[in-house]
Amino acid sequence: MTLGADRSDVAARRTTPDQLTPTVELIEITKAFPGVIANDHISLVAMPGEVLCLLGENGAGKSTLMSIISGLYQPDSGRIKVGGNEVRIHSPRHGRELGVGMVYQHLSLIPTLTVLENLMMGANPGIVLDQRSARTRLAELASALGVAVDPDVRAGSLALGQQQHIEIIKALWSGSRLLILDEPTSMLTPQGAMELQGVLRGLTARGLAIIFITHKLHEAIAIGDRVAVLKLGRVVGTMGPDELAAAPPQELQERIITMMFGEAHAPDAEVAELREPAVAARAAAVVTAEPLLELVDVSAVGADGQHGIQHVSLTVHGGEVVGVAGIDGNGQRAFAEVIAGQRRQIAGEIRLAGTSIDRTSVSARQRMGLRYVTDDRLGEGVVASWPVSINLVLKRIGQMPYWNRGTVDRSAIETTARELIEEFDIRTPSPQTRIGKLSGGNIQKAIIAREVAFEPKVVVFNKPTHGLDVRTTHAVRERIGEMTRQGVAVVVISSDLDELIDVCDRVAVLDAGRLVGIVENGPGAETRIGELIVGAAAAVPIPA
Amino acid sequence: MSDMTAGLDSGIETAARIPSRRRGWVDALVRSVGPIVLALLTGAILLAIIGRDPIAFYDDVLKAGLFRASGLQDTITRTAPVLLVGAGLIVAFRAGLWNLGSDGQYLLAAAFVAGVAPGLLASVPVAIGWILLAFLGMAVGAAWTIVPAWLRGRYGVNEIITTLMMSFIGVGLAALLVKGPFDGPSTVPQTSVIDPAGMLLDLPDVRIHIGVFLALFVSAAVYWLFARTAFGTRMDVLGANPRAAVHVGIDVPRLTLVTFMLSGALIGLAAAVDIVGVFSYMRADWNPAYGLKVVPLVFLARLNALAMIPFAVFFGVMSIGGAYATRRADLPGDFLLVLIGLVLLFMVLTQYLSDKRERGESLLPRRTRIANAHA
Amino acid sequence: MPDLLTPTFLTALLAGGLLAAVPLIFASLGEIIAEQAGVLNVGLEGMMISGAFAGFAATQATGDLWLGVAAGALAGMLVSLVMVLFCVRLGMDQIIVGIAIVLTAEGVTSVLHTVIFGQSYPRLDRVAVFEIPLLRDIPVLGGSVFSQPLAVYMGLAVVGVVAWMLRATSWGLHVRAAGERPASLDAAGVSVVRVRTVAEIMCGALAGIGGAYLSIVSSGTFVPFVTQGAGFIAIVIAMLARGRTWWSVLGALLFGISLSLTTALQLVGIDIPVDVVTMLPFISVMVVLILFARDARLPSALGLPYLRGSR
Repeated sequence: MTLGADRSDVAARRTTPDQLTPTVELIEITKAFPGVIANDHISLVAMPGEVLCLLGENGAGKSTLMSIISGLYQPDSGRIKVGGNEVRIHSPRHGRELGVGMVYQHLSLIPTLTVLENLMMGANPGIVLDQRSARTRLAELASALGVAVDPDVRAGSLALGQQQHIEIIKALWSGSRLLILDEPTSMLTPQGAMELQGVLRGLTARGLAIIFITHKLHEAIAIGDRVAVLKLGRVVGTMGPDELAAAPPQELQERIITMMFGEAHAPDAEVAELREPAVAARAAAVVTAEPLLELVDVSAVGADGQHGIQHVSLTVHGGEVVGVAGIDGNGQRAFAEVIAGQRRQIAGEIRLAGTSIDRTSVSARQRMGLRYVTDDRLGEGVVASWPVSINLVLKRIGQMPYWNRGTVDRSAIETTARELIEEFDIRTPSPQTRIGKLSGGNIQKAIIAREVAFEPKVVVFNKPTHGLDVRTTHAVRERIGEMTRQGVAVVVISSDLDELIDVCDRVAVLDAGRLVGIVENGPGAETRIGELIVGAAAAVPIPA
Repeated sequence: MSDMTAGLDSGIETAARIPSRRRGWVDALVRSVGPIVLALLTGAILLAIIGRDPIAFYDDVLKAGLFRASGLQDTITRTAPVLLVGAGLIVAFRAGLWNLGSDGQYLLAAAFVAGVAPGLLASVPVAIGWILLAFLGMAVGAAWTIVPAWLRGRYGVNEIITTLMMSFIGVGLAALLVKGPFDGPSTVPQTSVIDPAGMLLDLPDVRIHIGVFLALFVSAAVYWLFARTAFGTRMDVLGANPRAAVHVGIDVPRLTLVTFMLSGALIGLAAAVDIVGVFSYMRADWNPAYGLKVVPLVFLARLNALAMIPFAVFFGVMSIGGAYATRRADLPGDFLLVLIGLVLLFMVLTQYLSDKRERGESLLPRRTRIANAHA
Repeated sequence: MPDLLTPTFLTALLAGGLLAAVPLIFASLGEIIAEQAGVLNVGLEGMMISGAFAGFAATQATGDLWLGVAAGALAGMLVSLVMVLFCVRLGMDQIIVGIAIVLTAEGVTSVLHTVIFGQSYPRLDRVAVFEIPLLRDIPVLGGSVFSQPLAVYMGLAVVGVVAWMLRATSWGLHVRAAGERPASLDAAGVSVVRVRTVAEIMCGALAGIGGAYLSIVSSGTFVPFVTQGAGFIAIVIAMLARGRTWWSVLGALLFGISLSLTTALQLVGIDIPVDVVTMLPFISVMVVLILFARDARLPSALGLPYLRGSR
């Protein structure tokens, strides 16, 4: 997926002398937390009128760095200069006063308040809310961005792309010279991402400096005037505007990969990750003749203002991997929960291996082999304060051999726990460790272990590799491949198109609760899926 | 990472359900006895401020509640309802359900038992009568939890409101019953008195009725329920992470109902034991209000039914000895409430300090956090 | 029953109802502010009783009822500081601390009463009723709504002020944000802890005033546990009001009227047992909840302590 980029104007801008003062300059910034050095002597420069792309995997230290610039954290050592003057940024408010605007990855608008109220929050000078000035300012900034905004609508009813525009406006509200965006396209459609790029271009044209954090190579190359690559807390390489303008994207990608992984790397699994989908693995899948999971015209109501699903029909055979693509909040949660049994459908039928499970309880479905790997790991996936071992059998409470006629057999639990920890490479000091203390990746491994062990028939994954490091991501995808070889039917729900293209045989697209199409994986599939995601409507309101 | 668990798992953690070498029994002792000691110390200071002699006061408490034979017997007798109400609260709290309606459940059960008992015990063999009355108390207590439980399980309606409301209604209804259908021959509104022959048997030579044994047995049973059974584990999941409970396949509305009813039943049993074991009748305006007073003990015991036992004895000593001591010091019996309230506050404080230490944080206020806080 | 609609009955009912409702109005208003900010104040009963005692004692000592009200507010605020320290600042469980506050406050006020007044229960003079000229001549309403102690009109005015504050000031906006998504408020550079602290202290002050009103105006004396669960009723009213301040007035009136129903009924010769009448408001709340259970909507962050670093 490429976004258009035009860099000639940037190179032209650079020749003006007074533009040479960096908006923000980081000098040897170091920040350590217990057990990890998040930022290791990082030096960076953000120039006015430029987009600096900060590239790196999860855990590379990007978020920490941004928290330091915005004033949330203090660096252990190093200096920061804003507009040429050395400063200490005490707090987020101080950062804002200095002109640093921050747009976080997870939208932070308050859904029950109006757009105007969200913007006035923390920014209203007097005791009484000055609506008039706020409205004026909003109009000003909206036109600077080139978007239309209704101030009196409840923030929760806006589409994600629109909410992000509001977030940007919010970040620029008190006047900024630097705008930082943390993984802004993670939940946008391809069209939304293009829109964003247009907005950012407009802002840089006015002299704003922008730092754009991402882990997607192609995005960084397409959007960035300057690219810095972070790995394990250090800057391992940078590319300036001249270099970026001089070479084609493919070559730039190669150079960046080299920066990230070093010269000597043979066909590395991780690198292949970044380049081509692992199509080969799927060839050995055992596809059953009978469908294992069928949804027949299923409708369900959404929760918390999210979309439900309407008239969804889908068939998945054993050994198949079917993906469900779409922007977050278009019914994915309802879709997953209605299959798992956590939500009741209002119409339609669901069948597991030919038998209707409409009246079957969640635990009964689990016993029948239907498993659900939730995306909400700590919220519903585990009991964070309990040991890993109990969490691994959490869906088998009362069942043999862990519970014998109602009473618990701790050694049986311990035995199984050790086996699963070994098999799924769950890094934990002991089976008794509280699962909340493990890293996100290991918690996910434990959840997957729980669902995927004990002979599953159908497994539904919701955002299985979200927030995980490269190695774990790869392990998860391998596991999915292995399951297909055992004849398990797999559904993968994800908003990450790359992931879906990598693992799935077919990809369905969910839009406003409806399945708007199913695309066979292959050349051009990505574009077609993208079109389907975008096609139905540019702005998809979430029901209030 | 561990910070993220704060606020996601509800209620307080219980050392009892997670076997943890880390804590050590010394630490556990400090966490449970520490708040009591601090509360008593603060109580002593308060006594001194209002011109009462703290040493004489506590001396009286111990003399009357512990060292005198009759007082000790009363103390031990008092543990029966406290243990039972405590068990009822533990069952609910561990499942994350705030059963704050124990007063209404207790009084309503007491009214029914007090109303029915005199006649029943005169017409059937006492042992059978006791069993029937026990079930009556449990049934009434359980029944009074059904509406809040259903509203919570099915619609997520906050049970604090509903149990409180039902409690007020229950108290009123109990009064109506005692003044109405269950009114006895006496001029004041109260039930008929149970014939002494019908009262619960005492242990030989002492004035301690066998209900105490029942309470001990029930405490052990509740402990076993949570330590060993799948049912107890499910309740613990519900309390620790209600969303996970749904996710792992627990039938939450049903479990909510069963848990609430069990809680109410135990509280109703406490009432039955009190009426048939100690009081023998019920006055219309009587309310021992165990509910709120037992809450601190339940948390001190870390929601562990067996650990409740020493705390129930402590409460007994404070009640019985305290009644005498406050009279002598010309203070209202409500002074006990102050001590109990302080125990709870100190428990919260010691838990906070202990958690901080366990997380490896300094006990001193965090400068950076405070600096960032007033942005 | 035509007897019920006589002016005498209705006047008595409304007058008594409004009188009984005022403490609830103040207390539930305070609770609304706290809950909108995300703090569940189970200890409200403790703040009310502290205010009741302080208010009574101060008025008894100085003869000045306004001083009593101020003392009540102060007492309520002092008690609320416990919530501020333990829950808002240290993040401990709000319900547990609330219960502790109720127990301690009930005990302390009872002990203090014995220590200061011994076995006597001094009464205060009846508070002067303020009759609004012209309006007081309206049948029924004149004798009830428009002939009340000044404090009643002030109570209603306070409701209006608080409603405006929540809607139209920065502070009000921050309070509503703190209860919905404190992380967003924090990101906007506003101290969640400070907002909740102020909200909680205001709650304490209002609850204290409500309690003081109860002992100074309503009953004219202080008896241990004089609040009789009013604090818990106020919590229920606040939860049902769901942030809409004028609903708290309605709810308080409902309770107030049922509390004054017995006296009014006796005036027209109908004798319903006191117990039934006192149960009525609670029964009506339960009926409302059963019928409209699906509608319960409380601030999302209610009851959850805010710790920066956790989501």
